[in-house]
Amino acid sequence: MEIPRHWRLKKQRYALMGEVCPHCDAKIFPPRDVCPECHHEAKELFQFSGKGEIYSYTTIYEAPSGFDSNAPYTVALIKLNEGPMLTAQLTDVEAAQVQIGMPVEMVTRKMRDDGDERGMIVYGYKFRKRVGVT
Amino acid sequence: MTEIIIAGLGQTDVGEHWDISLRDLAFLAIESAIKDAGGLKPQALYVGNMLAPNLSRQAHLGALLADFAGLTGIEAVTVEAAGASGGAALRQGYLAVKSGLVDVALVVGVEKMTDQVGAGVEEALATAADSDYESVQGLTPTAQAALLMQRYMHEYNVPADGFAGFALTAHANGAGNPHAMFRKAIKPETYAKAEPLTPPLNMFDAAPNADGAAALVLTRRELLPSDWPHPLVKILASATASDTLALHDRKDPLFFEAAHLATGRAIKQAGITLDQVDFFEYHDAYSIYAALALESSGFAIRGHGWKMAADGRISLTGNLPCATMGGLKARGFAGGATGVYQAVEAATQLRGQAEACQVTRTRVGMIQSLGGPASTAVVHILEKLD
Ligand SMILES: [Zn+2]
Repeated sequence: MEIPRHWRLKKQRYALMGEVCPHCDAKIFPPRDVCPECHHEAKELFQFSGKGEIYSYTTIYEAPSGFDSNAPYTVALIKLNEGPMLTAQLTDVEAAQVQIGMPVEMVTRKMRDDGDERGMIVYGYKFRKRVGVT
Repeated sequence: MTEIIIAGLGQTDVGEHWDISLRDLAFLAIESAIKDAGGLKPQALYVGNMLAPNLSRQAHLGALLADFAGLTGIEAVTVEAAGASGGAALRQGYLAVKSGLVDVALVVGVEKMTDQVGAGVEEALATAADSDYESVQGLTPTAQAALLMQRYMHEYNVPADGFAGFALTAHANGAGNPHAMFRKAIKPETYAKAEPLTPPLNMFDAAPNADGAAALVLTRRELLPSDWPHPLVKILASATASDTLALHDRKDPLFFEAAHLATGRAIKQAGITLDQVDFFEYHDAYSIYAALALESSGFAIRGHGWKMAADGRISLTGNLPCATMGGLKARGFAGGATGVYQAVEAATQLRGQAEACQVTRTRVGMIQSLGGPASTAVVHILEKLD
């Protein structure tokens, strides 16, 4: 699969590295270099805490190629504490326990593989129920 | 004022056409549209398609289809905007003819979804989402719709069968459309008993993937042949808008901003008000999208779109008939062909030729095509002329 494509995203995937707007202080993830709030240039790096809560969720039974071996899996829209929202799989939690508003935190996990083609495994963020929060 | 007329209509049945190739499917629709147009000769071809490069390993459909239809030499390109590809191709045809640079434009939407099944199709469909930040998480278009439906039901306290009205309406109408994939009405119990597919969405909340092709011939009113036989249907307005590609990048995911903008622009261009729209062909790839389209376009207040379906207001005899020939749900979702099917159906209604599906008020029809969760929205307003 496309090794450079995944390599250049490693700061985002492994460390939730986004940006902060020097003009209006908006926190931006995924990084996009133009602030979605004030439309000025925003290239300053900002590391997110990895903490947030569930905005919505669902479980996927019919998965695309590369993901079918770990189906069913639960994906969620997660509202990060710093403001922006992202899409991520949930891990270490039963689908039935997931609720809107549930606090979650980032962990690093295997995202997908290429079957036996060339064996490239992509790692990145998933989220789990936040430890120590009820 | 230049008047753009839909001079010819063509469509194939929507379904699983294992015995018909991509090019043959497109040609069937092209052939019947040109015949319907009284033999007008196209100078340009705009193809709406979304998945051929992925599912048929075939790009460059403009040249392929012009060549295969015996039109080699004309201007011919593909227009891609995911599920809105057909609507976007129609807009290109409209702009070309409206500008005066092209006298007769052929617009064809074609999609061949059933040559592959399962994970491969899901992977191809997922290319319409944000590859780096959505698809990499295993997200699919169906899951995007499920995420919106889950949140919508949570915010507005919608009952478990709250969206049933969309599928019931679509299937009731599809029963009267000879080209529809599903031609049988369903009962409320059938919806209620359906297993969740991607919870809370069940199989009746999602349109079925299908093969199909539809075509339109557009020209200016003064170029119509003198013996051209049909009631005149004019494109009164054409507008489009975009929103963030990724659902997570939206401040307010439960409002389809692009649908709002495109509808507003089209209504303004048409010089009408929303209540002058007699029927609405929305993009019900998922029932939640139909609800959000009704709200974002201004037909319902927020949180109430589902009630229009539940109360029968979108049925053929309601105050705003929707999905009048089955919509995506019962006609079938032929990907990038969809917007062209919508236009063929709306024009058929305005010509008064929709038979069992015929609506009674046939002055103005509105079509809205969505790409992804309304990352693209294309709106056309059609009007019957006296
Ligand atoms: Zn800013």
